Amino acid sequence: MSSTILISGGTLPNGKKSDLLVKDGKIESIAEKIDTQGAHVIDATKSILLPGLVDLHTHLREPGKEDSETVESGSRAGVKGGYTALSAMANTSPVADTAGVVEQVYRLGQSTGLLDVFPIGAVTRGLEGEHLAEIGAMADSVAHVRVFSDDGHCVFDPLVMRRALEYVKKFNGVIAQHAQEPRLTQGSQMNEGIVSSQLGLKGWPAIAEEAIIARDVLLADHVQARLHICHLTTAGGVEIIRWAKARGINVTAEVTPHHLLLTDELARSYDPVFKVNPPLRTEADVMALREALADGTIDIVATDHAPHPAESKECEWQEASFGMIGLETALSIVNKTMVETGLINWQTVAERMSHAPARIGLYENQGLELKVGAPAHIAVMNPTALFKVDRDLVASRSRNTPFHGMELPGEIVATIFNGAVVCERGQS
Amino acid sequence: MRHLLSISDLSKVEALQILNTAEELARVSDGPMKKLPTLRGRTIVNLFAEDSTRTRISFEAAAKRLSADVINFSAKGSSVSKGESLKDTAQTLQAMGADAVIIRHGASGAAQRLADSQWMTGSVVNAGDGTHEHPSQALLDAFTIRKHLSHGADDLTGLQVAIVGDVLHSRVARSNVLLLTKLGAQVTLVAPPTLLPVGVDSWPVKISYDFDSVIAQMDAVMMLRIQLERMTELFFPNAREYSRYFGLDKDRLNKMKPSAIVMHPGPMNRGLEITADSADSARSVILEQVTNGVSVRMAILYLLLAGSQTIGASE
Repeated sequence: MSSTILISGGTLPNGKKSDLLVKDGKIESIAEKIDTQGAHVIDATKSILLPGLVDLHTHLREPGKEDSETVESGSRAGVKGGYTALSAMANTSPVADTAGVVEQVYRLGQSTGLLDVFPIGAVTRGLEGEHLAEIGAMADSVAHVRVFSDDGHCVFDPLVMRRALEYVKKFNGVIAQHAQEPRLTQGSQMNEGIVSSQLGLKGWPAIAEEAIIARDVLLADHVQARLHICHLTTAGGVEIIRWAKARGINVTAEVTPHHLLLTDELARSYDPVFKVNPPLRTEADVMALREALADGTIDIVATDHAPHPAESKECEWQEASFGMIGLETALSIVNKTMVETGLINWQTVAERMSHAPARIGLYENQGLELKVGAPAHIAVMNPTALFKVDRDLVASRSRNTPFHGMELPGEIVATIFNGAVVCERGQS
Repeated sequence: MRHLLSISDLSKVEALQILNTAEELARVSDGPMKKLPTLRGRTIVNLFAEDSTRTRISFEAAAKRLSADVINFSAKGSSVSKGESLKDTAQTLQAMGADAVIIRHGASGAAQRLADSQWMTGSVVNAGDGTHEHPSQALLDAFTIRKHLSHGADDLTGLQVAIVGDVLHSRVARSNVLLLTKLGAQVTLVAPPTLLPVGVDSWPVKISYDFDSVIAQMDAVMMLRIQLERMTELFFPNAREYSRYFGLDKDRLNKMKPSAIVMHPGPMNRGLEITADSADSARSVILEQVTNGVSVRMAILYLLLAGSQTIGASE
């Protein structure tokens, strides 16, 4: 599988222009000028080299919902977006709440071989929020699960949440919480505010997210456990995380690309492609999220890539499924919202999209710095090349991208996984 | 534009054009020959995915008086109740050659989805979508208010209108706020705080939690239907308490200005938001609203479908 690859003339995250030679799955050398006969050459003169991106929040839908995505199609979407590791969420059918299911997903990832697929285990049996899933068995399985989440559902019962946080300490695991107070969001359709009131769509108050975040950082503090907050969306949630970190609580947080760019104003179209859980919020929230990602209050960008078949979106808003695909556009959105705006540099992009997510997930072989001897997981991206998002040309099996028709900066030139080119110029 | 989806799509001039056209058409309806040949050969579909006898028959009467062919497609016993998607229904109607679809739907935005999609090409008239809007109801309400209270003026400048009750879940209230304020009226929303939407302070209205303190200044009082399930959803403690604070009874009726009118979009819950005394009083224009509804809906269909005449601005 491995061969010799020369990435020529690219810019490293630290801003240095270098050639980079990949051999036998590892980074062989990094130097100003490398001459190698017979290497596969990737011209990166206009490009940035990043450590392969790591997504901590991906819905790959297999097993059970293969009409929207499979491990294989999701892997293709991932490498097209510069990812070399994905974390497969547990809300499959059957739910990934046993060693058997996580091992199946892990093996599907291995046999596809385009990138690493790390299964996330359910916190509770069937995502029902009542009994702990087989957390230990999943941790000890071949899949070596360290991240547990009922994503799509909030672990609402405070006692269940407390026990889960405590239980995973045994192997330094982490609970990734989908923060959504269920009573305050019954039937909710979009962010509660001026727009929802005009549109007559049931509101989803920011407080429903913030109340759970506040509770859980206090729980994590009390039991001295690791907590991760999925898809943070509100300015108030940012304040709570900032407070918790200042207090030394072991909490990390993620933001999705779509919450860094889009607002609830888009719901005015009633087009369910903009319907997502948690919902798009206001401009003020978007700005607070960007600032928090820049200053490190928010640790990582995670896609919450959520594929859905056409019929789940070609309908009335309130009938439609929640979710958007995002693997193929994530880095471009971060480029547009964070780098082009001057909020962060490429070193910080590498931290937020590769190093930090790998650290949180304890993915030892991923998210490492680009240096000699490191495993060759590399994303090569031309940040100034514009491309127009076309939902008919995505690698994902689903077309529910909210960015359709948008011109975005940043084209993935190539993705290298374990020393092999797994995607070049959009072809995997 | 080819559709009537929301009052916010209409300019003041266009709204007045509908009201003025309705007035002309009302004169025809009062005459011996109620029927006009204007829409002969055109097919109008009443797509009612939610039960609403009065709005459906009002639109049906309007379309028939303009000589259109009317097809009624209602939820019960139809493919809609068997889980057919809005897309498939729309494509079916398109295949049958519908020139216009009048849609009543439980989902907010359903009419706009129909209009914006490529599923069909005909005109779409929103006959009530979820808790969003009910533009034809607002137009007939404005028509009724103007007839009684404008003293010959074109618009509603200076008139005080109270909309009382479950504003949060009311499409009638949303459309009326947009239209009545556009036409110059001052609207006061009267409701318990639980039944007012978040962000209502950004609306061009006054807010009151106290019906008694505002009723004497009102030229028109519009009572909204309150659904009893709101009680189990904790919006208010019980029906008795709701009636005591927000119902229109004889005592409140007597506080109203001599010229003031009582309105209700129907169907009424007698004894809950309105007592029989009030509903049947001389101030009540509730049945007249029904009559005016036909003329206003004729005007809407006429302006949407007859020749090059259009209403609304945006395409």
